[in-house]
Amino acid sequence: MMLAAQQFPRLLAGLVPGATMSFANHQLIHGPMDLSRHGRAASEHPLLLEIERAGLRGYGGAGFPSATKIAAVAAQQGRPVVVINAMEGESLSGKDMLLIRHLPHLVLDGAIAIAMALRSDRILLAFDSGAAGARRAVERAIAERPERGTPGFPEIVGAPLGAAYLTGQETALVAALNGKAAKPTLTPPYPFERGVSGRPTLISNTETFAQIALIVRHGATWFRGLGSERAPGTRLVTVGGAVARPRVVEVPGGTTVRRLLDASGGVTESLQGLLVGGYAGTWLPPEAIDLALDPLELSEYGASLGPGIVFALGESACPVAEVAAATAWLHRESAGQCGVCINGLGAISAALLELCDDGYHSGSYGEIERWCGLVSGRGACALPDGAAAFVSSAMATFRAEFEQHARHGHCDACLDRRVLPLAGQELLAPRPSRRLVAA
Amino acid sequence: MSRQLRIDPIACTGHGLCAELFPERISLDDWGYPLIESGELSAELSEHAQRAVASVSAVAAKRHR
Repeated sequence: MMLAAQQFPRLLAGLVPGATMSFANHQLIHGPMDLSRHGRAASEHPLLLEIERAGLRGYGGAGFPSATKIAAVAAQQGRPVVVINAMEGESLSGKDMLLIRHLPHLVLDGAIAIAMALRSDRILLAFDSGAAGARRAVERAIAERPERGTPGFPEIVGAPLGAAYLTGQETALVAALNGKAAKPTLTPPYPFERGVSGRPTLISNTETFAQIALIVRHGATWFRGLGSERAPGTRLVTVGGAVARPRVVEVPGGTTVRRLLDASGGVTESLQGLLVGGYAGTWLPPEAIDLALDPLELSEYGASLGPGIVFALGESACPVAEVAAATAWLHRESAGQCGVCINGLGAISAALLELCDDGYHSGSYGEIERWCGLVSGRGACALPDGAAAFVSSAMATFRAEFEQHARHGHCDACLDRRVLPLAGQELLAPRPSRRLVAA
Repeated sequence: MSRQLRIDPIACTGHGLCAELFPERISLDDWGYPLIESGELSAELSEHAQRAVASVSAVAAKRHR
């Protein structure tokens, strides 16, 4: 295998803002994808070994080793289905939509390579039906593929779905693709055992397939040529909040938070905290700016990059109001199936709203923290776990602000505006306040 | 074969009967939903667990009628 020169960026090479890269331009930039040497199927497949050597981990949030996941599907009886998960229900993330709308062929290359290795005849690209321009980009890209209709190649089908926070959760996505409500189901059976149409199903994040498209071309050694030992390769991170240019950036694994923020135009005001990993992620104090985005270093703070999200909270925002609003949103986005979400997350959310607006007098501060511990690990999916981590890390990071609110209720900053984007809610809109209405 | 008790959190309605029948390993949270103390079940405890599991099925069956 020829070792291509290291270029940067990798995934975002040739990206033209506002335009979808054509198949011809995609081939020009990345070269053709030679699948002939990846002809053999199942677990001994050379591509699978290459992905394992690359140390590729899924970019959808959980960071599960991709080779293990693919091998689990390969070991099943029956012809598998490959699902590209571009649902991106996490409104702090923009990378999946960027890939689908602007660089769809990188994603499709990776999915085709994996489908061929698994002898799968069907690729489903699940995306948000409401996202502007997504449907057209997907339809065009699929129509452009030269393999289309060629015997031995998988059929690629776009699956526009109503987006919600949970639709990208794997068992909920399988349910939605099977024509049912997009709600998580009890596991086992896992999607790799029984997924779409009851067939073994590989579901991976959009970026994971895009990275595979490059591993197919250049191999594991090349892949590991950028990034760190524990975070090999590059990854896309959506940077938001108090930065000059909120955006999706590609960075080598293990880079620092500070460099990410610099790549997004730098901070626009001094920070009071950083949210790493999104709404299932962890709040960290401003000192975390010098942390490396390294799984081990982050895990020491109980954090992970999740689906690649860093949000900078400026000092002009009220962390309590932001966290209360986001937690209420998470509670609404829950499928409402399990007691812990309906009651536990409901209690946490109600307490935070009360604490934020009026001061918390109906219970104790410590009780909210205890509830966070109580809901973790007890739902059918990880939504309560993620929400609890989001809330408890906020209460630890912004202790003074939370205690202030618990005693006195709302502050000037929290009547002003919201900075955390919540799907279906107006951003930066003045928030209706009971206090103001009463005044 | 070791046996473990597990709750189906989607099917669970928070009736609380299971905790009454198997207090050795099941308590209820602030909202009446079961908290399982993990660990293997001895033969004796397995019997109690079985009773708790059966009670849940009975409640579910009633709910269906």
